[in-house]
Amino acid sequence: MKRTPIYGMMAEFDSPSDLVAAARRTYEAGYQKIDAYSPFPIEELAEAIGFRSNAVPLVVLIGGLIGCLSGYALQYWISVITYPINVGGRPLHSWPAFIVVTFEMTILFAGLAAVLGMLALNGLPMPYHPVFNVPRFAFATKDRFFLMIFSTDPKFNPVDTRRFLEGLSPRSISEVPS
Amino acid sequence: MDEPRQSAPVIEPGHTFATVTDKISSIVLTRPTSNGWFVGFGLAFLVFMGGLYAIGYLFVRGVGIWGVNIPVGWGFAIVNFVWWIGIGHAGTLISAILLLLRQSWRNSINRFAEAMTLFAVSCAGLFPILHLGRPWLAYWLFPYPNTMNVWPQFRSPLVWDVFAVSTYFTISLLFWFIGLIPDLATLRDRSENRAARIIYGMLAMGWRGSARHWSRYETAYLLLAGLATPLVLSVHTVVSFDFAISIIPGWHTTIFPPYFVAGAIYSGFAMVLMLAIPIRKIYGLEDFITDRHLNNSAMVMLATGLIVAYGYGIEAFMGWYSGNRYDSFLLWNRLHGPYAPLYYLLLICNIGIPQVLWIRKLRSSPLGLFLVSGVILVGMWLERFIIVVVSLHHDFLTSSWGMYYPTRWDWLTYIGTIGLFLSAMFLFVRILPMISIFEMRTLLPQAEVKPE
Repeated sequence: MKRTPIYGMMAEFDSPSDLVAAARRTYEAGYQKIDAYSPFPIEELAEAIGFRSNAVPLVVLIGGLIGCLSGYALQYWISVITYPINVGGRPLHSWPAFIVVTFEMTILFAGLAAVLGMLALNGLPMPYHPVFNVPRFAFATKDRFFLMIFSTDPKFNPVDTRRFLEGLSPRSISEVPS
Repeated sequence: MDEPRQSAPVIEPGHTFATVTDKISSIVLTRPTSNGWFVGFGLAFLVFMGGLYAIGYLFVRGVGIWGVNIPVGWGFAIVNFVWWIGIGHAGTLISAILLLLRQSWRNSINRFAEAMTLFAVSCAGLFPILHLGRPWLAYWLFPYPNTMNVWPQFRSPLVWDVFAVSTYFTISLLFWFIGLIPDLATLRDRSENRAARIIYGMLAMGWRGSARHWSRYETAYLLLAGLATPLVLSVHTVVSFDFAISIIPGWHTTIFPPYFVAGAIYSGFAMVLMLAIPIRKIYGLEDFITDRHLNNSAMVMLATGLIVAYGYGIEAFMGWYSGNRYDSFLLWNRLHGPYAPLYYLLLICNIGIPQVLWIRKLRSSPLGLFLVSGVILVGMWLERFIIVVVSLHHDFLTSSWGMYYPTRWDWLTYIGTIGLFLSAMFLFVRILPMISIFEMRTLLPQAEVKPE
């Protein structure tokens, strides 16, 4: 396939309802490599562009388990193996005393996994991205809603795709240079 | 729900995505820095420098400059530590617990409440470190392989505290920062100044509001809230363990964890109101921080204040009912001992005066709430003073009784941390959006997706 010099085609909308409706129609029309941009989270939007698998909960679970196990193992190793202190003959493996730190370590690792995992899965930080080449895209963090069809989509064709987007009655359409 | 309470909206009508964005971001980007800001920041910074002087002197001379001595080894340092960390708790309560309870009114106060948490926890963290005697060895608190071949004692609540407070600070910082990312992107796109654009751009990490990103973002945010909720309860519980695990009369009680957590939220909301009321006035944010917010915060204070009152009641009841001579003596000592005036002042500040919050009219009066909040903050500080000092100064053996008098260095260090806290708040409102812009957008009626 001949590589197109553009990154994709972007349409601008005024309201979240318009964007969700447009995203649904685009996905139903067979475009798969699409994305939508909004100034605040819209619950219906991810589903409308066909995004379903969200790995963040799994990452957090794994982080939490690692924190829990390593927190307990740390205390066990210190208190029982490497630095045992006999306090009035009480057991070295005094597990009730280890619960608090185990809990805190679980939260710490799960929280770090949530933030770092979310950023990593999103591919952030990424200071440069082709969408920023469109001057009007600055409004995506204010009050405008954008729909993007990537040029890597098998159905993508500069002429037909633009005609299709015009059919969605957007406010404006821009080509995104790559 | 009755009508009058619902009538005050969370956000005044007539706003659009653009006006919300402009109104909040312009405070940071275009509004000229007022003389009042410079004066306020200057004063706060001066006070902070005074505190640094006291800390510097402490480093030179040691903790002997403070009023602490046996039997009262805990003094101001621990009083202030517990007071500050309690204040921090309201920020996490507002941002995490109210998020999980779907209280969307929180959206306009969570950002600066979270900032308040961070700064309060920073102030709190200073005190135990300064109290160590050799503060430069504070890293010994953490388990790390060292040539001395010693490790922390994990059966001690003081070590639990290290983990609880450092985890709390880290999670609060993460929560605050990921909440800021979309707003930093807004500032990046709105800023006219190249340097500001680069700095905000770096911090926003290339956020572009993609639907996939939002989806993961929302999940991570919600999970973080779910993690922060038990965390915030555990932190003050662990702080109360510092007392409750010991055998000192007045400390060794099982009521401490819930009563400490309620007290923390009580003082934290008081601080939120003391900050929110002047801020909304000065920056004209009455559209976003409405009377509804003041009213709700006042009701939270009323509820937690009653839990605290119950705690005091149970302490007094157990002093009598247990029949334990040391517990009974503690009660007598609180009521008639050398620190009795402070105990009565505490009862007036924490239980007496806050009952005016039952009056609806007062709950919608900014000035009245501001004053009541100030009284509560004083009362909660006195509570910690009573717990720390009155229990320690007369314990089991008459021969080891003593008195505690704070020195000027105690006061200067304490007031200095208030300066640090206020300086940080001044900088925060100047350089970062103090209200979450993207969460405010979701509150607008336009944000609802209409079915096709």
